[in-house]
Amino acid sequence: MAEMTMVEALNHALRQEMERDESVVVLGEDVGEVGGVFRVTDGLVDEFGEDRVVDTPVAEAVIVGASLGMAVNGLRPICEMQFSGFSYHAMHQIENHVARFRWRTRGRFPAPMVIRMPYGAGVRALEHHSESREVFFSHIPGLKVVIPSGPRLARSLLVSAIRDPDPVIFMEPKLLYRQFREEVPEDEEAHPLGESRVAREGSDLTVVAWGAMLPRTVEVAEEIAEEEGIEVEVVDLLTVSPLDSKPFTESVRKTGHAAVVHEAQRSWGPGGEIVARIMEDSFWYLEAPIQRITAPDVPVPFFAREEAYLPDKDRIRKGFRAALEA
Amino acid sequence: MPREEMEVAPPLEYLSILDEEGDLDQELEPDLDEEELVQMYRTMLRARRFDKLLLEWQRGGRIGTFAPVSGQEASQIGAMSAARDEDWFVPSFREIAAFLWRGGDPVDMTLYNAGWNEGVAIPEDARDFPISIPVASQLPLATGLAYAIRLRGEDDVAMTFFGDGATSEGDFHEALNFAGTFQLPVVFVCQNNQWAISVPRERQTASETLAQKGLAYGIPGIQVDGNDILAVRVAADEAVKRARAGDGPTLVECVTYRLKVHTTADDPSRYRDEEEVERWKERDPIPRFRRYLEKKGILDEGEADEMTDSVEEELGGVWEEAEERIETLGGPDVMFQHVYADLPPHLERQRKWFGTDEEENDNG
Repeated sequence: MAEMTMVEALNHALRQEMERDESVVVLGEDVGEVGGVFRVTDGLVDEFGEDRVVDTPVAEAVIVGASLGMAVNGLRPICEMQFSGFSYHAMHQIENHVARFRWRTRGRFPAPMVIRMPYGAGVRALEHHSESREVFFSHIPGLKVVIPSGPRLARSLLVSAIRDPDPVIFMEPKLLYRQFREEVPEDEEAHPLGESRVAREGSDLTVVAWGAMLPRTVEVAEEIAEEEGIEVEVVDLLTVSPLDSKPFTESVRKTGHAAVVHEAQRSWGPGGEIVARIMEDSFWYLEAPIQRITAPDVPVPFFAREEAYLPDKDRIRKGFRAALEA
Repeated sequence: MPREEMEVAPPLEYLSILDEEGDLDQELEPDLDEEELVQMYRTMLRARRFDKLLLEWQRGGRIGTFAPVSGQEASQIGAMSAARDEDWFVPSFREIAAFLWRGGDPVDMTLYNAGWNEGVAIPEDARDFPISIPVASQLPLATGLAYAIRLRGEDDVAMTFFGDGATSEGDFHEALNFAGTFQLPVVFVCQNNQWAISVPRERQTASETLAQKGLAYGIPGIQVDGNDILAVRVAADEAVKRARAGDGPTLVECVTYRLKVHTTADDPSRYRDEEEVERWKERDPIPRFRRYLEKKGILDEGEADEMTDSVEEELGGVWEEAEERIETLGGPDVMFQHVYADLPPHLERQRKWFGTDEEENDNG
């Protein structure tokens, strides 16, 4: 066991998978010599060579499209979008080919590949570097969308993503890249895709969160338990799509109250789908309206105001209180 | 049914006028007004100095990540100075020198770099686009400006800036092809600074030059010594003249060098040799141009030194002024400004999240 940051844990997963399976290749902008702008691919080129760790030209569409070609022809590509904000250059490849190549070829050519991308606000980054666009990808049938909330799960989810038979969008909350360390076992560990987890058990309120919002949501849950004796159950999605709704819809049957916390903008955001699942499956158990605690429907402001944009602990707490009313 | 060589394009030109000693090929020397030459030099000094200040402020935690311009002043000012105020300036993210040439306020740029949206407020009369970070994404925009210029029967020009890495993006190829097809008045200024973050120019493309990429789209391309402000200016003058006359776009490749980091989030010692940087420092565009101005008798040594001092003095107060401006800026609800022409009701409700106890679930 070693204490690792999320960056180190992801690097660990990549290294082990590349050792285990020589068809695994890594490609993207600056992933080689410098090991990625966040150092997630640090040292891989020295260990596995330039043929398997490829510094590409600045061209996201071909990074993604070529990854599909590699995947169809026997490789296991893990490509990196330097920031999620640059993945839109590759959106037509993702939508028109990657997500549906299995479907387009009636199962003949599946595309087992991973598209990694750092996303999210809170690190004083420049414009176009801070969005949380998980719904862009979650809305496309055929893709899996994974978002870890800590180092250990980041490692075990990335392992599963690499081995998955379908294309996976692996979104890395860069606010958590180096925020805290966790024990990460040396031995293989793979958390199944499509399985959420209960991050904290509780009986009074069900809250769904993921990514960078998860740690602060749990913190508020701990505080409110200590101060007011209110027990909040926090479900960490881990896989945003396909959505594992049973754990939170069943939790709502127990608590009668629900809220969702996300840093994506509010309207047409992931909260909408989560609330709909609760309404479909557990409506009769609800005792109060469900609360969405989200970013407002504006572009992410430049970083001087980004803390106000992101749901903070005060707003999360206010949302909990509203969800508990009635 | 022959198989033979085809002549598909005019041969590519390379242009250099001023060498490192400030000596020049007099036949190629442009006939520029002395006052303008001094202005060009002064703006180079301002850009270099401002770059240094921004770097200090970044290291001191006062501003966020930024992309230094040092080394590329001749490419930017040589090109930008060929345009009129009414022409359009469509930058990438490293165009500090071009921005200053256009009359941009260093205080605004400081606000931008300190994370305040107010820093990109474009003055009413300026035809300047905001900083564009996604690589090459600004090129299609310049092309559209140029299409509108032509359709409206104006004789303005759109000038857009980008780097060597941008030539790999689809947006570059789509923009050049579109501009070539419709023969639009746009000047594509590529600053080939040798490095796209950690990837060297020769790993970016197998193409021998970047200028030749224009030829495939029916666009004249020229490669110039990008550290020679006179060469850049001559090439840009020709390109602007061609565009204004309705004879279509030009691709100008300025061969230059990024003397500092890609951005302040980067550590170049991981991928490039200091020796290479030292070699390029000898080709620094600023002392080269200064030697030219001195040899021409436009500036003497004392005047040149004095100018350096006065630039330092001028920019010395920028941070204080920026701080004063920051004091006057609005709170978090500024983020709701300019999202739409009129704020929709649901956003009006969301705006009240800040500073009131309004319920979030109220959709107005």
